[in-house]
Amino acid sequence: MLLKGENISFGYNKGSLVLDNVSIAIAPGEVVGLLGPSGCGKTTLGRILAGYQLPEKGVVTIDDKPLPTVGFNPVQLIFQHPERAVNPRWQMRKTLNEGWHPSDDLLEELGIEKQWLTRWPNELSGGELQRFCVARALGPETQFLIADEMTTMLDAITQAQIWQVVMRIVRERNIGMVVISHEAHLINRLCSRVVDFKNINSPDLFLV
Amino acid sequence: MTDKKDSTAENSPAYTSNEMLLEVENLSVAFRQYNKGLQQMDLKVISSLNAAVKKGEILAIVGSSGSGKSLLAHAILGILPKNATVTGSIKYMGNELTTKDQERLRGQEIVLVPQSVNFLDPLMKVGKQVRTSVRNENPVEAQRRVFERYQLKQSVEGMYPFQLSGGMSRRILVSTAMVSGAKLVIADEPTPGLDPKIVDEALLHFKGLAESGCGVILITHDIETALKVADNIAVFYAGTTVEVAPVADFSGTGQDLRHPYSRALWRALPQNEFIPIEGVQPLPQNLPCGCFFQPRCERATASCAEKQPEAREIRDGMVRCIYAS
Amino acid sequence: MINTTDTNTRPSSGILTMMGLNRRQRTIITTAVIGILLLSIILGGLLLSNERITTNLEARNQAPSFSHPFGTDWLGRDMLTRTIKGLTLSIFVGLIAAAISTIIALVLGIAAATMGNRVDTIVTWLVDLFMSIPHLVALILIAVALGGGMRGVVIGVALTHWPSLTRVVRGEVLQLRSTEYVQISRRMGKSRWWIAAQHIVPHLIPQMLVGLVLLFSHAILHEASITFLGFGLSPHQPAIGIILSESMRYLSVGMWWLAFFPGLSLLIIVRLFDILGDNLRKLMDPYNAHS
Repeated sequence: MLLKGENISFGYNKGSLVLDNVSIAIAPGEVVGLLGPSGCGKTTLGRILAGYQLPEKGVVTIDDKPLPTVGFNPVQLIFQHPERAVNPRWQMRKTLNEGWHPSDDLLEELGIEKQWLTRWPNELSGGELQRFCVARALGPETQFLIADEMTTMLDAITQAQIWQVVMRIVRERNIGMVVISHEAHLINRLCSRVVDFKNINSPDLFLV
Repeated sequence: MTDKKDSTAENSPAYTSNEMLLEVENLSVAFRQYNKGLQQMDLKVISSLNAAVKKGEILAIVGSSGSGKSLLAHAILGILPKNATVTGSIKYMGNELTTKDQERLRGQEIVLVPQSVNFLDPLMKVGKQVRTSVRNENPVEAQRRVFERYQLKQSVEGMYPFQLSGGMSRRILVSTAMVSGAKLVIADEPTPGLDPKIVDEALLHFKGLAESGCGVILITHDIETALKVADNIAVFYAGTTVEVAPVADFSGTGQDLRHPYSRALWRALPQNEFIPIEGVQPLPQNLPCGCFFQPRCERATASCAEKQPEAREIRDGMVRCIYAS
Repeated sequence: MINTTDTNTRPSSGILTMMGLNRRQRTIITTAVIGILLLSIILGGLLLSNERITTNLEARNQAPSFSHPFGTDWLGRDMLTRTIKGLTLSIFVGLIAAAISTIIALVLGIAAATMGNRVDTIVTWLVDLFMSIPHLVALILIAVALGGGMRGVVIGVALTHWPSLTRVVRGEVLQLRSTEYVQISRRMGKSRWWIAAQHIVPHLIPQMLVGLVLLFSHAILHEASITFLGFGLSPHQPAIGIILSESMRYLSVGMWWLAFFPGLSLLIIVRLFDILGDNLRKLMDPYNAHS
């Protein structure tokens, strides 16, 4: 069962494509890194793979079927700025339980303290909010996880904490993972396969 | 680090010298806030913060969000919001910085380089924007000279910001700081989420500013950025400076670092061990007693919880830890 | 040593500041006082007996005095009682009209933002159309077309006051729909209705409430103006507009109080509603909560 993006093209302006006929496939349990400078289209590819954006050309399939448009999406995306990814008028408990009810074990593993559940988003730091976003995305139906600069805005310790847990869970549940980052050190540390966006125009390079 | 002279003054740390440009000592910033209901309370967001920068030196300030690093910049420039109370001392060229001084020096001798190139005036030609910052000399000459230095063609003068690439815009921002004759440049997260090439380029500009005699404060959450150009690195934690160290001490397993938090931060980098310590940085509302890092520290003892450790000078650096050596 | 403590001195609320209250406390007190004042006017209007406004020819054309603070008119009716009853009627008309307007704005705004391009174009066009016609002209046209009276005024005011709020709602909803947390909600398998109810409407309610109160003052003023011009409420109803237009005939004989006090009262009420709306907005804005 693969997550596949086939012959994907996308452009924000007419005439210039950010992604030109790109193909990619991710297997369960695999950790793929997308490395490249800002503006190279890696975020756009992540959004398309998670169904946040429709490609101009090409298809995204999971298990050879198109991505579902209703119901819990098996491809979950975690954003760079956690403070934008939670409703500022919701208590954290509601945000956490929006898609499913994470177990106490998971919360403990992620370092989410019980007292944070009754807080409002503006009372928590970026690192704390991002833990909630991770927990929210790890529902039982999640088969692929896309982390778009997930820890770029966080300090090194929080970054290492979050990745340690995420990698363990991904391994345990055989989740396929896409790590989008501009940081080569992080990508090299985490990924079994790296797609460098410098070579993006030779799509055969990263078909599995 | 180039030359380090031992200072004779009693209270000034050993890593200072007589060319000291800016000295921040025991700075605290509190915000008046409403807690639940109608009571107001003062929330101390920064407490006992220290930082110092000499002429021609780059001080990097490293800390996670909420560690108070941006507030330091705002406090130096005097642009904190109205509900903030500042105590402690900020000395500029040896004199206490008053609100009046700040207004006078802001944008003249003390310049902020903003995060985003969106701070350029979109309706003004960039050559003119740079010229308006020149004070003591012929504006056109100064602007041409600085453009040459940053490899900007003369035709760029007549362009508007939207015609420039990101890298060029950033060079314009730095040029503006250069020609203003600024003595102190504060850069607040100048390279957020940029790819390494652009980061390196931007950092080179700051290096250039320092070489021309400026003091530079580089605020970032990313140690790697700091390592590339800084002379000293100040590590912030929960609104306080836990350590100031020469950049060379950030190497190996972090054995030369003075504070357990700096060491943990260093070890958690993906290119090092990528092993985190447990716990989270406390919020200003519930700071632990004694040393703020004590609940997460492997070396903590009962005496760590008694009071906040005083700043001590050790090996050309500063540290707030009673066990540091 | 630099010290930039802000003592927060706004001259207008000097007394409350002196009492050592912070801004939020002051705002709440001001809001409560205004609320009570407005309520007591409504209650006064409902409870005051009609006795003082029946014809009493012995007390005709009296200047303001202790027993008749606002004076009496050419039929000996007490102007204070008439004014309060008039204001009460105005407030009711305003409330109904403003409420209908707000509901129209909410429905059209959400529809424009969520039901596709065609609906959006139509709503935007309608908003532009209504905004390009002067309020009062549209109001008179509608009121006259509906045969005037209470019904004409209410519908007229309601139908002319929704455009600006609709624009606000549309913008808000569009912005909310593009936020990451709403997009994530979709991928969490939430339905459109669930997202509207949980993410979008709670965000709009405070704004609607503020919009309602701010519309209110407009509605009252416009009700009074078209009644004054003779297109609104019928002359036997004790409306402020009626009082004012009647008084015009007596101004030239020196009975200044007939217009002065009711006019002043109307002005004060409108201003009070404005302050109330502004205060509500301040209290509800979470980003403004800390200063």
